[in-house]
Amino acid sequence: MTISDDATTADPYAATSRATTEGTVYTVTGGDWDSVLGANLDEERIVVNMGPQHPSTHGVLRLVMELEGETITSARTVIGYLHTGIEKNIEYRNWVQGVTFVTRMDYLSPIFNETGYSLAVEKLLGIEAPPRAQVIRVLCMELTRISSHLVAFATGGLELGALTAMTNAFREREMVLDVLEMITGLRMNHAYVRPGGLAQDLPPGAVEKVRDLLEVLPARLKGIDDLLTGNPIWQARTQGIAHLDVQGCLALGVTGPVLRSAGLAWDLRKTEPYCGYEGYEFDVATSTDADCWGRFLVRKQELFESLKIIGQALDKLEPGPVMVEDTKIAWPAQLALGSDGMGQSLDHVKKIMGTSMEALIHHFKLVTEGFRVPPGQVYTAVESPRGELGFHAVSDGGTRPYRVHVRDPSFTNLQATAAMCEGGMLSDAIAAVASIDPVMGGVDR
Amino acid sequence: MTVSGSGPTPGAVEGSAVAPTGAPVRPGADMFGAAAGGDTSGFGGLVRRAPLDASSPRPFGTWFDDAVDALVDTFPGFGDAVTRVVVDRGELTLHVRPERVAELCRHLRDDPDQRYELLLGVSGVDYPSTAERFHVVYHLMSMTYRRRIRLETQVALEHPHVASVTGVYPTADFHERETWDMFGVVFDGHPALTRILMPDDWDGHPQRKDYPLGGVPVEYKGAQIPPPDERRSYA
Repeated sequence: MTISDDATTADPYAATSRATTEGTVYTVTGGDWDSVLGANLDEERIVVNMGPQHPSTHGVLRLVMELEGETITSARTVIGYLHTGIEKNIEYRNWVQGVTFVTRMDYLSPIFNETGYSLAVEKLLGIEAPPRAQVIRVLCMELTRISSHLVAFATGGLELGALTAMTNAFREREMVLDVLEMITGLRMNHAYVRPGGLAQDLPPGAVEKVRDLLEVLPARLKGIDDLLTGNPIWQARTQGIAHLDVQGCLALGVTGPVLRSAGLAWDLRKTEPYCGYEGYEFDVATSTDADCWGRFLVRKQELFESLKIIGQALDKLEPGPVMVEDTKIAWPAQLALGSDGMGQSLDHVKKIMGTSMEALIHHFKLVTEGFRVPPGQVYTAVESPRGELGFHAVSDGGTRPYRVHVRDPSFTNLQATAAMCEGGMLSDAIAAVASIDPVMGGVDR
Repeated sequence: MTVSGSGPTPGAVEGSAVAPTGAPVRPGADMFGAAAGGDTSGFGGLVRRAPLDASSPRPFGTWFDDAVDALVDTFPGFGDAVTRVVVDRGELTLHVRPERVAELCRHLRDDPDQRYELLLGVSGVDYPSTAERFHVVYHLMSMTYRRRIRLETQVALEHPHVASVTGVYPTADFHERETWDMFGVVFDGHPALTRILMPDDWDGHPQRKDYPLGGVPVEYKGAQIPPPDERRSYA
């Protein structure tokens, strides 16, 4: 076999070029820069594509940036790489099954997705979950807020080169997830909050486990605080970076920590309380820095505010039902721990299979068909770790959602990328996106 | 059993299962083949009540009356632009003509008595049984007065054009792109109305009701389970 002369001299990795009306355009990847630097360039205008598979873009986010030197003149976000059609799929399931879909959207704050969705269905039905269920919802939501903010520090730190922030924050997050796993059965995608209440009550020992966590966590969070807050590199990478003031936030629809870091104390837990948040003592964290540093400070303070809320929630726990008493809505199967894990309680199976045909029919109809929801439309919102998480639910009176649209905060907040990045340095674009803390599962749904 | 809700349900006709024309109610189909309603167990004892194509009766309650009165006084051509005012479950909805949406949004944002500073999103709902099948829904929030309002507009498949509100609320950019992507509603005046969630070369608009969900049958313990959109429906 002879190797042709052409194959030995031509560089298979050389940058390709093509002539356009705006001059020669080179397509460059990896180590092609030598061949471009050899070319005679009239102007230094570089379009850099980052992602969707890039370790610094916070998920499958794609950034297309135009550079003059190292300064960004134009930044565009391209999304949709994680689109799974959750809103379409929900229309083919019944109202209860919708919970298992929405919980997978913003996978770092699943309890918020479930609660927001359940509140929407409950508003359509005109029912309210019992007090104990509300308290447990608050408890789980605040635990999730802590775990979610810890990931914001972990991935944000990693993207800026603070590897220890990542290892430490993921370690503390795992402690929180252990508690959530004990309560709901899963670390993520819990499907624990259901329309009308909860899938099940707290298991024995859960309250003690949460109290243990409250003992340990403050010192651990203080550790992350010590690691990052006083760190001069962390400060240099975040202070004065990706500035966005209140006016800009409102125009771009930005909510959550980014809005609060600009100085507006807007938190739905205070302004439109749900799940009994009006009965809890806590402060809304704000900052006036309006930059990545301010967003870090806001998230950090929110961790400690969440700890306060969790402590109060434990004190508020009174015995009682965790599901509405209407048996036409509440899931008929009483769950119990069996030899093969959590499942329908044997007592319940014995009753429906052995003694009550009516109960069997009722069980069958409710599980296969689901309950009907009066026609109409509602919008409910909860304050997720990333901002206002809104659910627009439409019912036509059937047993399936006619339409559920999710106003995901990450989706909306990502629009601020251009405003935060343009005019800044390329390296600061990473800090900007990290400070928005988008979760692509929620963005693309 | 009734789960008709504690709030007022305007346009509801008690005891009447007849849906008025244009109402988004799908005809019932039941697994037992029952003709009248298909409710063999009494389980679905809910009367299906469709919202009427009419305004809610006055008074609306709470702050709604004053807010609507203020709009009637200050917004030029209110009666022409707003076709219906609906109050349901404590939420106020103004049904607006598609070409007047941006204008009304600007007024709602700038009028000192309204101050809806924040647009929380734009989305669509498809009612294929009606003539103007695409409804576009806007959720506005007034941080000053802590109020929410919903604007709703409807367009037909033949002319799916709505005035873009990106000039008033820049945040509508992504949301209008998503609504275009998912429903095929065109927002006139949007700076770059391209697909956002689906690939650029995608055919069709997935969130339309006549767009199939797709899926393949799967085998589970020897039985064939059809894809979700071919399974039995109790709607």
